[in-house]
Amino acid sequence: MVTRRGNRRWLRRATTAGALVASAALVLSGCAAGDGGSAEAGELTQEQIDEAMTTPTTITYWNWVPGVEEQVALFEEKYPAITVNLENVGNGGPHYAKIRTAVQAGEGAADVVQMEYQYINSFIVTDSLLDLAPYGADELEDNYEGWVWNQVSRDGAVYSIPGDSGPMGNLYREDILAQAGVTEAPATWEEYAAAAEKVRATGSYISNLPSNNPGQLVGLLWQAGAKPFSYDGGEKVGVDLTSEKAKEVIAYWQDLIDRDLVSTDADFNDQWYQGLATGKYAGWVTAAWGPVYLQGYAADTSGAWRAAPLPQWGSGKAVSGNWGGSSAAVLKTTKNPIVAYEFAKFINGDESSALVAANDLFLFPTLKSVLESPDFTSQKAEFYGGQEVNAMFAEISTTVDTDFDWLPYIDYAYSSFNETLGKAIADKGDLLAGLEAWQEVLVEYGTAQGFTVNG
Amino acid sequence: MSETTTRGRPPQPVANTRRPAATRPRIGRARRKQYVAAYLLVAPFLLVFLAMLVAPLVFSGYLSFLQTKLIGGETFVWFDNYLRAATDPAFLGGLGRMALFLVIQVPIMLGIALFFALALDSGRARTSKALRLIFFVPYAVPAVVGTLMWGYLYGNQFGPIAQAFQALGLPSPNLLGEQNILGSMMNIVTWAFIGYNMIIMYSALRSIPSELYEAAEIDGASQWRIAWSIKIPAIRPAIMLTVIFSIIGIFQLFNEPSLLKTVAPNVIGSAFTPNFYAYNLAFVNQEINYAAAIAFALGIVIMIVSYVVQLSTQRKAKDFS
Repeated sequence: MVTRRGNRRWLRRATTAGALVASAALVLSGCAAGDGGSAEAGELTQEQIDEAMTTPTTITYWNWVPGVEEQVALFEEKYPAITVNLENVGNGGPHYAKIRTAVQAGEGAADVVQMEYQYINSFIVTDSLLDLAPYGADELEDNYEGWVWNQVSRDGAVYSIPGDSGPMGNLYREDILAQAGVTEAPATWEEYAAAAEKVRATGSYISNLPSNNPGQLVGLLWQAGAKPFSYDGGEKVGVDLTSEKAKEVIAYWQDLIDRDLVSTDADFNDQWYQGLATGKYAGWVTAAWGPVYLQGYAADTSGAWRAAPLPQWGSGKAVSGNWGGSSAAVLKTTKNPIVAYEFAKFINGDESSALVAANDLFLFPTLKSVLESPDFTSQKAEFYGGQEVNAMFAEISTTVDTDFDWLPYIDYAYSSFNETLGKAIADKGDLLAGLEAWQEVLVEYGTAQGFTVNG
Repeated sequence: MSETTTRGRPPQPVANTRRPAATRPRIGRARRKQYVAAYLLVAPFLLVFLAMLVAPLVFSGYLSFLQTKLIGGETFVWFDNYLRAATDPAFLGGLGRMALFLVIQVPIMLGIALFFALALDSGRARTSKALRLIFFVPYAVPAVVGTLMWGYLYGNQFGPIAQAFQALGLPSPNLLGEQNILGSMMNIVTWAFIGYNMIIMYSALRSIPSELYEAAEIDGASQWRIAWSIKIPAIRPAIMLTVIFSIIGIFQLFNEPSLLKTVAPNVIGSAFTPNFYAYNLAFVNQEINYAAAIAFALGIVIMIVSYVVQLSTQRKAKDFS
């Protein structure tokens, strides 16, 4: 599925402003007072780092986001001895396929690669990622929300430096909802269903549940507290798509589909863009990169949109899930681990670099310092009637459920979605049967690949 | 079987002259020089051929006998992958789909191509050069562009076909739905390859000696009769060629499912065509070994089908004579 939406993916992140980890680039002199886990890091002295960063070195960075060259230029400016070859080897699927091939071949792989969170486990299982904790990454933990850090770390090891993210919220057409008599964004899923009924009377669907996008649905499962996937970093995986919580989510959407209150079109294609622009969909359950993305496709409806948190499973709650975003990982095959790590840390953790990501690339930040910075949060978006959308999503970012894990074979999990649950959604058929089918193929595949599957 | 086709031209005489080796030493030296020259001339091709085609083929053949698991690594499993392919509903389903494609689409495509070739050859069409070009243009359009274009034309809501239906107040057919997707794909392939096949047939038609037509006309044969009794039998080898090309092309269908999947993600599965399946196995499922086995199995199926088709048509040709 990544392949399919890949070319637009870069847009799907939202804005950022300052990052204040600049100093981190200079610090990290190991752990004099550190904990046991980073004992080896103590070996790495500031002199060693300085030496590495001043020795002429060339590293390669694979990233498909247009505009990243600006961030790279900042790094090269700061470290004139280091040359970075920025290469775009494909969007999404092809990108990962090339990493796998190069790692397997033992040569030709980049030093640092862009890595979406859900893919990290699939590279841990092949032992392809360098543990960055000994290089000082374990000290970065406090710069991020817990859920973000959990996405890149496991058992004290840090496999990637978080970049952008996609905490989920609800974008909706205020005018259409008002016309339907819904004056406030639905706070619970129950209210959402009631609103959907009223909105349907005006001819619009309250939103679309895409049949081809596991990312969104998995994000919704994440919000509901379902833990469909788990991995222990070794040979054990868990597939639990048919848990009560997951079933509840599926049953909810089944009901809306059965009553024709939501459409089930495939998303990120021309028809879907048209649907957003023409009001066929009066809303979009999306992630923090969604607001800017939407502006590009529904310019005519500027001012009519509003952002709200996701409806909740019960009143008084404030929980969200995450959909998308990526990090920078260092491959084990690198010959310059120190430089590679410093680069990954700079690209995603340095203030100047993060500012570029925010202002020019519209990536929604993960750095707490950026998320709390007024420069970032107080931007008023005309498209959303002057609402401080960044502030809202920054707030949502703190409510994302902390623990969510992925399968070490997420490519297969996502591609098989289209033929199981996704197909049931497209056909407006039995979603529960589709969910069970998805569960079944994932267990089957995991077992065939030699994992112990306790699904 | 080569004697039944029109192909058995010079090889025999050439082969025969080589045999009598009475004055061996003298000719031998000259020959040796020739051989060396010949091998030298062939060497660049041969090297590239071996390095770029044979070696990878052998290697992937070897890969197809292995099994790699994410946990547990590599093991040599002999024909396990092939046995799995033989009972894999996804692979067999794809093959079945392609067989259906073959039976329906190829006759239509080649029929139309033949009709156009004959029409152009008859000289009745005034602007035959321009027409030839027009028919050929779709083939010149890259398959990717062509498929994207059709993907738009087929669109359920905003595609022109759907809009035309809506304008007439009719329910628009879902051309990208499960029922129609194969037909939609056939249409794209037909559109793209009519011109290509037409050119092959047309150039074969041009090489028929015109005396035959004159003789036929003197005998009072109509144009239809000439086409049916002289032209079509005369270009039978060319038609056979297009049939074999079509069989190979269709079993290897990849661009169309791969690109239409973006507009019909739930209708086109990862195993819609065998070739697409092999790709997904290798790059999504990370089952490179099984993908190699599928690729080889597909190659074997193509060879068998091509051979059977060729054989059966030759029998027919024999029966006629």
